[in-house]
Amino acid sequence: MKTRIFVTLKNGVLDPQGKAIHHAIEGLGFSGVHDVRAGRLIEIEHEPGVSKADLEAMCTKLLANMVIENFEIEQA
Amino acid sequence: MRAAVIQFPGSNCDRDMAVAIRDITGAETTLVWHRAGELPDGLDLIAIPGGFSYGDYLRSGAMAARSPVMQAVIKAAERGVPVLGVCNGFQILTEAGLLPGALMRNAGIRFVCRTVGLTVENNRSVFTNGYLADELVQIPVAHHDGNYFADSETLDRLEGEGRVAFRYAENVNGSARNIAGVLNAGGNVLGMMPHPERMTEAVHGGSDGRRLFEGLLRQIA
Repeated sequence: MKTRIFVTLKNGVLDPQGKAIHHAIEGLGFSGVHDVRAGRLIEIEHEPGVSKADLEAMCTKLLANMVIENFEIEQA
Repeated sequence: MRAAVIQFPGSNCDRDMAVAIRDITGAETTLVWHRAGELPDGLDLIAIPGGFSYGDYLRSGAMAARSPVMQAVIKAAERGVPVLGVCNGFQILTEAGLLPGALMRNAGIRFVCRTVGLTVENNRSVFTNGYLADELVQIPVAHHDGNYFADSETLDRLEGEGRVAFRYAENVNGSARNIAGVLNAGGNVLGMMPHPERMTEAVHGGSDGRRLFEGLLRQIA
């Protein structure tokens, strides 16, 4: 079984990488892009028995830094 | 005096830190590998050195903060043993929850590697008593993720409690309120991005880092 975990910066936390990507997109000539924020996708292959609570604990204990990041768990 | 310097895969300032501690304080200094379940007995100082532990995988300091030796470091810090984290060491201490906040990618995206002016905001700690209050000192930085972030409540609390140890005289990385180094509530854990161990002899271009180790020796010995 596969679970996808999306880790993103919290609202209000400045994202220098997103800003640089935004500049690069504009540099390529694309217009109309208002903002870019970069995050991280983590795919976990696991037994069906691994609970949602365990996946959440993985996120809060390691995969996301709760000072600056949020996470979303997406199960197929 | 007895000191330990923790080594992670990817640490690269471990030997510089050990040499600075040994030469300046005369401490019996042991390098401790990250897999160690316990630390040597009777430590007066634990240093978490700079580098790129675990290649900065996931987030700078994130993997190192979860390695076995850090449980022992956390217990020692709770007992009041002074813990100094420099650069990647600062990142590891925030990831381990020993210090508040987080170190994010530099606001200017670039790796910053040069000597910067720092003002000493708190000269009463075990680490900073060798400096004058509000003194301007010169210490080098070398980092990509030194942009200190904490929510404004936390920042207010840190400032109110005198837990900002050093501020940048010029903001080189986007850090909130120019913060370069913070103390824990007990005052026995210091994290700082600048490298005092790289500024301890004339040949380094200055010796302002030396007084941090001299101050530690004075308080501990």
